[in-house]
Amino acid sequence: MSTAAPADIQLDASGRLRHFLTVEGLNRELLVRIMDTAESFASVTAQNVKKVPLLRGKTVVNLFFENSTRTRTTFELAAKRLSADVLNINIATSATSKGESLLDTIRNLEAMHVDMFVVRHAQSGAAHFIARHVAPHISVLNAGDGRHAHPTQAMLDVFTIRRCKGGFAGLKVAIVGDILHSRVARSEIWALNALGVDEVRVVAPKTLLPAHVESLGVVPYHDLSEGLRDVDVVIMLRLQLERMGSAFIPSEHEYFQRFGLTGRRLEKAKSDVIVMHPGPINRGIEIDSAIADGPRSVILQQVTHGIAVRMAVMSMTMRAGSDMEAAA
Amino acid sequence: MSQADLDVDALLTRLEDALREVLARRRLDAPAMIGVHTGGAWIAEVLHRRLGFSEPLGYLDISFYRDDYPQSGMNPDVRASKLPFRVDGRNIVLIDDVLYTGRTVRAALNEIFDYGRPAEIVLGVLIDRNGRQIPIQADCAGGRVELEPGQRIKLTGPEPLQLAIRTGGR
Repeated sequence: MSTAAPADIQLDASGRLRHFLTVEGLNRELLVRIMDTAESFASVTAQNVKKVPLLRGKTVVNLFFENSTRTRTTFELAAKRLSADVLNINIATSATSKGESLLDTIRNLEAMHVDMFVVRHAQSGAAHFIARHVAPHISVLNAGDGRHAHPTQAMLDVFTIRRCKGGFAGLKVAIVGDILHSRVARSEIWALNALGVDEVRVVAPKTLLPAHVESLGVVPYHDLSEGLRDVDVVIMLRLQLERMGSAFIPSEHEYFQRFGLTGRRLEKAKSDVIVMHPGPINRGIEIDSAIADGPRSVILQQVTHGIAVRMAVMSMTMRAGSDMEAAA
Repeated sequence: MSQADLDVDALLTRLEDALREVLARRRLDAPAMIGVHTGGAWIAEVLHRRLGFSEPLGYLDISFYRDDYPQSGMNPDVRASKLPFRVDGRNIVLIDDVLYTGRTVRAALNEIFDYGRPAEIVLGVLIDRNGRQIPIQADCAGGRVELEPGQRIKLTGPEPLQLAIRTGGR
């Protein structure tokens, strides 16, 4: 954390969000402030006009080097509900279009006087790289970079937990599945621990857990029924089939037999357990359809909350004129 | 300006009387009340109880409608707006603590109209002070004060509700 600390670049001199690149390193107060702001935005959907004029006249660019319909759509809706203009740019990623060509893209967009980049990229660190090189008035939001981070997903997950459970104290949370390839898991583990849950468990076959995972502040389990015992929250992760070659799991069928979330296994958890999944769901591979669509599932609430959380980080990071001058 | 002029109880009573008079004169049936966070909401809670409105009290946080967001950024203490009634066709009593520049009321009116099209809106404020920057006036006020440009009047609460005049700074 000491060299080029990733947390530093996203805060301004007075500790306010300037970019939103990762939740790692953000303190509890700031995480709570993001959730409180999202809570206020959740009420905007009760209006006839589901829009507030906060970012009127600002331009948000969705810069997606990797496809993700849901994430792009919710960022776009969030920006539009803040009255910003939105530009969607899908850039097919290739091994050669990196480095200078990426910066050229950024410079061209800057010349069009845009105000915010929402960046999705297959390479870890892409959003940080852009944040280090943009003009001072531009904010960068990380919409997922490689295996590294997906901070708005982590925030919408903890926001969903807070809305369903009222808080974090005393909660036992199990994160189940492909921890190794997940860009959400690390962010989530940090956020849950910073917010003071009782225990974070990770449940996965050894091949899908990073080495020394305990050092992240979690308790590892290799048996799903054991890992679900008495938990309040289950966060299922998508099996990133496109990111793994062979050898990680024997077969999808066998994975479901051992790590698929079924009604029988969920009985081990507390009776008011909530089941979460960042989507898209691999039905019958990591989760039984009856659970995904059942009464314990809050998967669609997560989607709704994603818009409020993205409105919150957009409004908090958009550069204010006054401290732009102070920073200049 | 003496401290006696800032007696919140007396100001509340005068505002309550003025609102009763206006509601009767304009024949505003089944009105709903909205308080502006934070001070206006405290005042509205008292008036809502005293006037015996049947609709639950509504709350507005106008942070998302402020006109100074481009200069000062996001209000870190934003609360949720909550209007637990239909706005369309409704008579509304909008309550704030201090009417000063008029910008807060402008923002509140814009937000109310994003919820629907009200029939009539009555603006009631505890204190009407000089310094308007846009043409907005209160229908009812508990009291009026003249202050120097550098002076601010601040309501603290909710228990007890107290008014104080401060000079300089924010």
